[in-house]
Amino acid sequence: MSLDKKRSIKQQRAIRLTLSYLVIGLVSLIIIYPLVWTVGASLNPGNSLLSSSIIPKNMSFEHYQDLFNGKVDYLNWYYNSMKISFSTMVLTLIFVSFTAYSFSRFRFVGRNNGLMLFLLLQMIPQFSALIAIFVLSQMLGLVNSHLALILIYVGGMIPMNTYLMKGFIDAIPRDLDESARMDGAGHFRIFIEIILPLSKPIIAVIALFSFTGPLGDFILSTTILRTPDQFTLPIGLYNLVAQKMGASYTTYAAGAVLIAVPVALLYLWLQKFFVSGLTAGGTKG
Amino acid sequence: MQQTSISTKTNHALVALILGIFPGGGQYYNKQILKGLIFSVFLISFFSASKDLITHGLWGLITLGEKPRVDNSIFLLAEGIITVLLVLFALLIWYIAIVDGYKNGKRRDEGKEVNSVRKQYKNLLDSGFPYLMITPGFIILVFVVVFPIIFGFSIAFTNYNLYNAPPAKLVDWVGFKTFVNIFSLKLWRNTFLDVLQWTVVWTVIATTLQCTVGVLLAILVNQKDLKFKPIIRTIFILPWAVPGFVTILVFAGMFNDSFGVINNSILPFFGIEPKAWLTDPFWTKTALIMMQTWLGFPFVFAMTTGVLQAIPDDLYEAATMDGAGSYTKLKTITLPLVLYSIAPIIITQYTFNFNNFNIIYLFNNGGPAVPGSNAGGTDILVSWIYKLTMSSSQYAIASAITILLSIFVVGIALWQFRKSSSFKNDEMA
Repeated sequence: MSLDKKRSIKQQRAIRLTLSYLVIGLVSLIIIYPLVWTVGASLNPGNSLLSSSIIPKNMSFEHYQDLFNGKVDYLNWYYNSMKISFSTMVLTLIFVSFTAYSFSRFRFVGRNNGLMLFLLLQMIPQFSALIAIFVLSQMLGLVNSHLALILIYVGGMIPMNTYLMKGFIDAIPRDLDESARMDGAGHFRIFIEIILPLSKPIIAVIALFSFTGPLGDFILSTTILRTPDQFTLPIGLYNLVAQKMGASYTTYAAGAVLIAVPVALLYLWLQKFFVSGLTAGGTKG
Repeated sequence: MQQTSISTKTNHALVALILGIFPGGGQYYNKQILKGLIFSVFLISFFSASKDLITHGLWGLITLGEKPRVDNSIFLLAEGIITVLLVLFALLIWYIAIVDGYKNGKRRDEGKEVNSVRKQYKNLLDSGFPYLMITPGFIILVFVVVFPIIFGFSIAFTNYNLYNAPPAKLVDWVGFKTFVNIFSLKLWRNTFLDVLQWTVVWTVIATTLQCTVGVLLAILVNQKDLKFKPIIRTIFILPWAVPGFVTILVFAGMFNDSFGVINNSILPFFGIEPKAWLTDPFWTKTALIMMQTWLGFPFVFAMTTGVLQAIPDDLYEAATMDGAGSYTKLKTITLPLVLYSIAPIIITQYTFNFNNFNIIYLFNNGGPAVPGSNAGGTDILVSWIYKLTMSSSQYAIASAITILLSIFVVGIALWQFRKSSSFKNDEMA
């Protein structure tokens, strides 16, 4: 009888595992299909997708060549996007770590009001400023200015990420600060030599947020950037796709692959920081 | 403190407070000449140098200009708001000066020494440090976030639109007229309610679906005897790792009515009729929800996996000892722990989708167009505001809707923050 029971448990386990693998296989297929399809489209000769199959019969790299030989402004968009995203990331990290350290470690007059303001600004979506940005950038001649766009992104990043990082720094024991202070370290040295190294997980998270945020933004960038030479990747690639009957869709696919692969690798590399950074700091607020 | 206030005969605090009405006066009275000089010079020079600017700014803010083609109402509005912000800043400094004078006067009343210049300098370095660190970020915040938001919100109370715009015409304050119009004119009211309804439906369905799928898959993959976990997790995180705008545009191609692979290959393979993905609102909505589930579940999946790995094994062992089956364990241990830990993340997913402009706009421009409405069939509030601003220049209405939307979002967020523990842990509340 116990043998029977053992067998039935074994059977149950086999059924459960088989079902699990089936579900996982199906989900994997749904995930991978569009990605592989894009790679296939990018290698598909000609501009139309009508004749395409998921693995093209006669693969061609002509669309990749088009991206580099100036048929479309791809390199320019890529450069603009990287410049904007990278600058936003660096500035955000500097400002956010400064504000988060101050809010976490010091009790100063106006601290609570400051935190309240940040909380409120974090809730009001940044496109509330859309009308102002659109109207004012036209009137002040800030149209097409990458600097203006970077500053707007940085401003939008500060409130939420300050909260994330403050939560994380709050969890770092103050004894560490105190013992360093005993050794004669000033506020700034404690910040550089103790707080920052211990905050690596949350810094990785904020770096990724502030890098990919501008990289995927469409709404603010289209209000400021108007001429093709100033476009970022989302605007440029969107214009390729928006052409009639998908006339440039295969070129778009090639451009998409070249941005998606590096960013995806970056994510996969940093994802272990994500969980520890967000569940340690994020849930505590 | 009580003792001293009873035994004091001097009234330095009160005198310093009253003298503080003259910038720096309180400091002079307390014999802190240098500090007083700094306050006096700063405040007096600010107000005397910008006297004309302030009056001009306030005049502009109130009238929004008087002569068409000479006065630009929108510039005047912007200048007016900046003036008010600057004046508020100066008043804050003044207030600080008065409070400082009062406090030092009180120290004297209590018979304590007032700090020497050197000690003041050291104090300033020490207590000024957090201000020094916050200032750069704060200045950026005021100029690129706070000021534009105030400016944008104030547009809602004007009659600014394509036909009534500077330099040819003056813009005027109209109070709440725009808000009244949104709710009283039939076309606007119907469009607004339609868009709002779809925004809510979209947020609830798409977010709930992506969170459910994410949590369930994480639990499924976390089974102890399942093999190939690292590779499965890597695959499941891919939709999150690939930039969203790229995949949305890929899907736009796949769902295309004429050349898309879904209508041409996948549906025929299963023997299903091709659907009008981009021209029928119902099918566009269906496609959007499916896409958002695809795009959004990996983040929840990753977070849930992190939580699951942190649940100690002895919890389950104890439950097994008590004779709990795997379903009971799931219901009483796993789900409550997971949901408790990722609740804040789930909330942010809801607010994210509420404002998820990219998927709506990049997939089908918020379309298809709907007769008798000036928003597309799948427009959510954000994309509608974007269109009102960028293509039809209905600035006042766009701004009024932005205000309504912000009130809605902030209200929900406040309600959520009140409930969450973040307030209780910190001395903020």
